[in-house]
Amino acid sequence: MKILVAVKRVVDYNIKVRIKTDGSDVDIEGVKMGINPFDENAIEEALRLKESGLATEVVVVSIGSSANQDVLRHALAMGADHAILLEAAIAIQPLAAAKLLKAMVQREQPDLIILGKQTIDDDTGQLGQMLAALLDYPQGTFASALQIEGNECLVTREVDGGTETIALSLPAVVTADLRLNNPRFVKLPNLMMARKKIIETIDGSDFSINIESRLNLLKVSEPPARKAGIKVASVEELLSKLRAHEGILL
Amino acid sequence: MTTLILAEILNDHDSQQLSPSALQAVAAAQFWNSPIHLLIAGNNTASIAQKAASISGVERVIHTNSDHFSHPIAEDLANLIVSISHDYEVILATHSSFSRNVLPRVAALLDVEMISDVLEIKADNTYVRAVYAGNVLTTIQSVDALQVLTIHASSFTAQSLEGDAEIVSIASPAAFGKTRWISEVRSQSDRPALSAARVIVSGGRSLASAENFQQLLSPLADKLGAALGATRAAVDAGFAPNEIQVGQTGIVVAPELYIAVGVSGAVQHIYGMKESRIVVAINQDPDAPIFQVADYGLVADLFEAIPALTAAL
Repeated sequence: MKILVAVKRVVDYNIKVRIKTDGSDVDIEGVKMGINPFDENAIEEALRLKESGLATEVVVVSIGSSANQDVLRHALAMGADHAILLEAAIAIQPLAAAKLLKAMVQREQPDLIILGKQTIDDDTGQLGQMLAALLDYPQGTFASALQIEGNECLVTREVDGGTETIALSLPAVVTADLRLNNPRFVKLPNLMMARKKIIETIDGSDFSINIESRLNLLKVSEPPARKAGIKVASVEELLSKLRAHEGILL
Repeated sequence: MTTLILAEILNDHDSQQLSPSALQAVAAAQFWNSPIHLLIAGNNTASIAQKAASISGVERVIHTNSDHFSHPIAEDLANLIVSISHDYEVILATHSSFSRNVLPRVAALLDVEMISDVLEIKADNTYVRAVYAGNVLTTIQSVDALQVLTIHASSFTAQSLEGDAEIVSIASPAAFGKTRWISEVRSQSDRPALSAARVIVSGGRSLASAENFQQLLSPLADKLGAALGATRAAVDAGFAPNEIQVGQTGIVVAPELYIAVGVSGAVQHIYGMKESRIVVAINQDPDAPIFQVADYGLVADLFEAIPALTAAL
């Protein structure tokens, strides 16, 4: 079984992103970047399937510029067999990304595709479902457990109010939730070795897919801040303050 | 032009009911000032369709009954929506784990870039939505002819129940066949649902164990008739189940009163609760960021303050 994992390069989750002074976009110049956290769960799950003998090859793909080599090297250091950089000039949107990944799936012919359930920059959470739709594959989103049984992938999904387990006929698309696993720590020697590995680069325009923006960014702004209130000295004072509010019944 | 809303059926114990978030979806759809249709897919939807027909502003309730919708999967729901999509210019749902699973699939099948978790709808297919865990708002304009979007439920005031829509039953496409529903585990709780609770008591890592989480917070939640919430740190540490996680990667809530107990206030958590009307933070650390968004902050030992608060109610 061959597994394809897609990874995105995003602003590090500890960084509070600033807005450009003209409000045209966020300012991520010089900001620390890294692999999208959910994508690390996706890689980890693929590697575990390989280590348990169920998978034979783990291919990682990232869409973007040559800067994305760092996240691909991270994936190689974790243990991925092969990394592909799909070069695309503009910041592409989920459907366009899904179309490019569909082309990669047709080229690589994986049995299972694992993605993160969402990226922590745009928070759209669409890509896996869109890719599954374009391929007419079954989808298992928000996965917190995954098991291969014969030609099926059993996925336990985190849904509002509990979990749900479904069986997907392979090939299928799965999106990883944080509780799917604990991604391994990358050791320095592995990172050094990953630097020597070759990253295959493909020009995204080779696929003749229209990836023009269909959602135009008009402006970015700060959300209205919630202002800090007061400190109370005791439980009694807290209760008397709360009871003074209309509609709060204590 | 007409708007289609995908409504969710909730399984509450043994009965099925319409998710109350449909009322907010209809409120959002009012923006277009055009007919609103509401779609319900299940295996026994007659009474749910009746209820939906009473939502003010809905012109037509479309329902379909099929065995494969007893536990609807995204693939079947997407194919159902696509089968009737030619009648609509807007396809909309509230942003929940249900719609997040289905609508991106619909959008891709219809070749549309979807807009997720919309906070505000503006003229000319323009929307405001948050990125970077709510730290930045973006205003974006769609150039697609068809709009597919999910709305941020708490940004819209629920519609009243004074409507009288027509109810239409339709046939559903054949089952997708490559996905098989196996089982579900619903959290057993007599407490209100997190997304609909008026009061939420939420715990963080400072509670230090699953036992403390339950022993300290349950009595307080019981007295307040509150739902229990948790931070990601508390869930990852095994103190609380994943389905009560509040935040960027969990559930976004907006209760009347949010009591954060031992919650430090990571931006990802604040994203999930900052629309609460009144926020109370109780934490030992006076510098915890949660105090910056709290109306009332109490710097105290949780293990003394929470029992004292519970006893005083």
